[in-house]
Amino acid sequence: MMQFMLLFSRQGKLRLQKWYAAHQDKMKKKITRELVTLVLSRKPKMCSFLEWKDLKIVYKRYASLYFCCAIEPEDNELLTLEVIHRYVELLDKYFGSVCELDIIFNFEKAYFMLDELLLGGEVQETSKKNVLKAIAAQDLLQELRGIVRTSQANLGGHFRQMQRKLPRDFLRTTGLADVEAWKITYPTHFTNTA
Amino acid sequence: MPTVKGDGMRGLAVFISDIRNCKSKEAEIKRINKELANIRSKFKGDKTLDGYQKKKYVCKLLFIFLLGHDIDFGHMEAVNLLSSNRYTEKQIGYLFISVLIGANNDLMKLVIQAIRNDLAGRNPIHITLALQCVANIGSREMAEGLSVDIPKLLVSGDTIDSVKQSAALTLLRLLRSSPDSIPMGEWMSRIIHLLNDQHMGVVTAAASLIENLVKKNPEEYKGCVSLAVSRLSRIVTSSYTDLQDYTYYFVPAPWLSVKLLRLLQNYPPPEDPAVKTRLSECLETILNKAQEPPKSKKVQHSNAKNAVLFEAINLIIHMDSDPNLLVRACNQLGQFLQHRETNLRYLALESMCLLATSEFSHEAVKKHQETVITALKTERDVSVRQRAVDLLYAMCDRTNAEEIVGEMLEYLESADYSIREEMVLKVAILAEKYAVDYTWYVDVILNLIRIAGDYVSEEVWYRVIQIVINRDDVQGYAAKTVFEALQAPACHENMVKVGGYILGEFGNLIAGDPRSGSAVQFQLLHSKYHLCSPATRGLLLSAYIKFINLFPEIKHIIQDVLRSDNNMRNADVELQQRSIEYLQLSSITTADVLATVLEEMPPFPERESSILAKLKKKKPSSVPEGSEQKETTASKIPAVQMSNNVDIAPPTSINLMSQGESSTDDFVDQGSPQGGSASVDLLGLGSPTQPTAPSVGSGGLLDMFDTLTSHSSAPATNGIDLGGLSGGAEEAFRKFICKNNGVLFENDLLQIGVKSEYREDLGRLWVFYGNKTTFQLNAFLVDVSTPGNLSESLSIQQKPVGGEVEAGAQVKQQFNMACVQEFAEAPVMTIQFLYSGAQQKISLKLPVVLNKYITPAEMDANTFFTRWKALNSPSQECQQIIKATSPIDHEQVKAKASGYCVL
Repeated sequence: MMQFMLLFSRQGKLRLQKWYAAHQDKMKKKITRELVTLVLSRKPKMCSFLEWKDLKIVYKRYASLYFCCAIEPEDNELLTLEVIHRYVELLDKYFGSVCELDIIFNFEKAYFMLDELLLGGEVQETSKKNVLKAIAAQDLLQELRGIVRTSQANLGGHFRQMQRKLPRDFLRTTGLADVEAWKITYPTHFTNTA
Repeated sequence: MPTVKGDGMRGLAVFISDIRNCKSKEAEIKRINKELANIRSKFKGDKTLDGYQKKKYVCKLLFIFLLGHDIDFGHMEAVNLLSSNRYTEKQIGYLFISVLIGANNDLMKLVIQAIRNDLAGRNPIHITLALQCVANIGSREMAEGLSVDIPKLLVSGDTIDSVKQSAALTLLRLLRSSPDSIPMGEWMSRIIHLLNDQHMGVVTAAASLIENLVKKNPEEYKGCVSLAVSRLSRIVTSSYTDLQDYTYYFVPAPWLSVKLLRLLQNYPPPEDPAVKTRLSECLETILNKAQEPPKSKKVQHSNAKNAVLFEAINLIIHMDSDPNLLVRACNQLGQFLQHRETNLRYLALESMCLLATSEFSHEAVKKHQETVITALKTERDVSVRQRAVDLLYAMCDRTNAEEIVGEMLEYLESADYSIREEMVLKVAILAEKYAVDYTWYVDVILNLIRIAGDYVSEEVWYRVIQIVINRDDVQGYAAKTVFEALQAPACHENMVKVGGYILGEFGNLIAGDPRSGSAVQFQLLHSKYHLCSPATRGLLLSAYIKFINLFPEIKHIIQDVLRSDNNMRNADVELQQRSIEYLQLSSITTADVLATVLEEMPPFPERESSILAKLKKKKPSSVPEGSEQKETTASKIPAVQMSNNVDIAPPTSINLMSQGESSTDDFVDQGSPQGGSASVDLLGLGSPTQPTAPSVGSGGLLDMFDTLTSHSSAPATNGIDLGGLSGGAEEAFRKFICKNNGVLFENDLLQIGVKSEYREDLGRLWVFYGNKTTFQLNAFLVDVSTPGNLSESLSIQQKPVGGEVEAGAQVKQQFNMACVQEFAEAPVMTIQFLYSGAQQKISLKLPVVLNKYITPAEMDANTFFTRWKALNSPSQECQQIIKATSPIDHEQVKAKASGYCVL
């Protein structure tokens, strides 16, 4: 079972935290501090797995963001790397080419998406299609509301993107480990004025 | 405007932008405080907020919390959002609650009610939200409140798949956090059939739940074995196109495969031959696939494929029944040892450790010895090198021990500091376990001390001494080798300790050679004396007195040394004590008595190596059960437990080391309060648990020490023998002056905690004895004595305590005390018990001090000031200004003052 997942930037700023086991806030802060320092101090070609207390740490860097999971000794390290990757793929599909800013400004979406992929520290749904379907259903409900509230259709980028049959699929073309794919700019297709 | 997804709360995005534009931490805090004030006023304002606004503000609060600030309001508004029938409002409400509301929050009842409403509703998206919230919080209260609803959702026929998935994992979370709150019902028998479900996502989620149930009760769910095997078989034999979206980078359902393989690791190999064959075929297919050329160059493909492979290998190792599969697994891992991916090399080393413990694959693992040694020397990542050390340790046996130990010793010279201590332990264990020739063993340990002296823990050098003492054939060699090692101009203090002990016992064996004659030996040891810590000096003094017995011809030289001001008037009371006692011993006794007192140490009793115990404590995972089994059978030499120093000398043996030390301790403790902790002696015998001189019928010898002590010691306090307070006790006792609860004493065996409360003249004190060992403590006896006339001032009533303390258990004892008049001394508590047959005695002051009986006087302001003004004679006022050594912390001062009972 995964114990927790942390997303933090190269500067050590925490972007997302998900705890699957109960801890006091103070403890959470302490653990976070400790791990951020530990992971940031590792060199690029080093092994992605670490022993830490009685847990195993699995981490991977995607451009400016580190994804760091703590799993139990009997859990599978390699597959945890792929859980991280699947999560990145989901974010990427949803936001277009995702960047750190997307996660900052839409942190609640990042949490909703994670809840679809992992629940209670276990993998719930590995099908990318099914997760995106669930999130799309949420957004649909949301957008219907939006129309009523402001009479302004506020369509989410992913919808149009899906309709356009994904013209720019970064995963397929460049691979996520590629730093370029994670540039810190506002993707152009996300302007609300469209 | 930055990107905002969904229905975009504009105000939120503006706020986040503002925060990001803040130039300094102060600016950020200022902006946040402004926002908090704004939200607070909105929530408190008369105007009722609509759902959208509430959602927006709750979301802002959440963001502020995630930035690391504390949030102390808004919870109620979030709970209100839960009952909104608008999805997004509900969703933000649930998110806020999942992140911010702890299990013990007062609002939990309302939350659970809202969850129950959503679960009962027809809308699957609402049900999923509610389930996710339960899975995120997973409190006991939720488990109790929803214990019926959730299992029902899981097995009900009309639940849609995605809800089933969430229900399975939510139930798992509740089972983990409060297993006894979930009633086992009819759902349990149907649960394993979820492995057959059409929907892969449902099977994936259910597999985790089933594994948890199986762990608790494997017999009841035995049926899942064949279901899991057939499901697994269908996956591994399917082509990657069959499973559509559940294929991950050309690997069919890796997550489900791994979960199934893990589920099977809870059972022995299947009994049913058909199932067994099918499982073997699966495992073979997985191994075969590893040899096929990759279908993609992407790392995701190889990771997913190898994740399944490693899990399959884990299962093969777990079943440990098919030699063919084990050897194939080993060969596969051997390939990974040289893979360019660091991750794979790391995992291969780790998995191979397990393979090395299987009798079928141990030999196959050994073939990779060269590669592993190269890894140890060339890997750039210390965590990988650490794995290589573990594997070398696991693959070591009698045939390759010499080589592996040699390589590890060589590597130790340049090893990372973080792994040195563990390496030293491992080398020491291997050298001992596989030593055919004990001269080799002695060489290895002395090399260890030479190369990494600072990392050689006490256990390691204790152990070499035990072994030398127990084995006649190696004593001469050991004496010669330490003699040579001590010739080095700079040698580690641990080397001096070993050298001192061994020469003191067996120096005579090499004295025939004029180059290592008695005087030479003595001069050599003494040349190190001034460089050593008091503890080592104490040991050397004991070695010197042993020399007097071994070599009467140098008696006068040694006596001169003992008599020198540097020793007899040493500031360290222990050294002073030893010098005086040893000098007396050598001058007033006959040669016969001297020979009896200073006889060679008797052999140590055989027990498990304490080094192994230490390693296990340090890294429980690195000492697999299987290898331990092997150790006990393979180890031919007597093994002695030393983790607890007391055992080193059997209490019945009469030798200087045990008797002399004890009497020394008594003396020191009475003479100076800090003496107990500064106890110094050969092999650290005077550690806190040191039993104080059990009265063995040793006649003249004891008498002599009695005279000695009464000659030189200060008059015993209050005329009663405190029996020597155990080390550190005085300091811990002092702490209790200002507090009521805490740990009074702790050593390797026992932890003693105290809790107390006082009202007027009555006090109640609970003592908790915690057994830290894995053995039962027998004949557990607690006695309280009152020094001097304390019994007149303080009456103590003691509740009985059971005679045994189970391993790892804690027992409680209550004391009632009534204060009759003021008192200055504290009662003394003596705890005695048998640990592994050895008598232990601990003496402690019971933390009862006069100030605990101070009671505050109730009075109003007038009475107080009348009294205060009455205090006007000069003798009633006193003021002293001191320089504080540490900053004054109000909270701490308050705690101390109230602990002292003056507040």
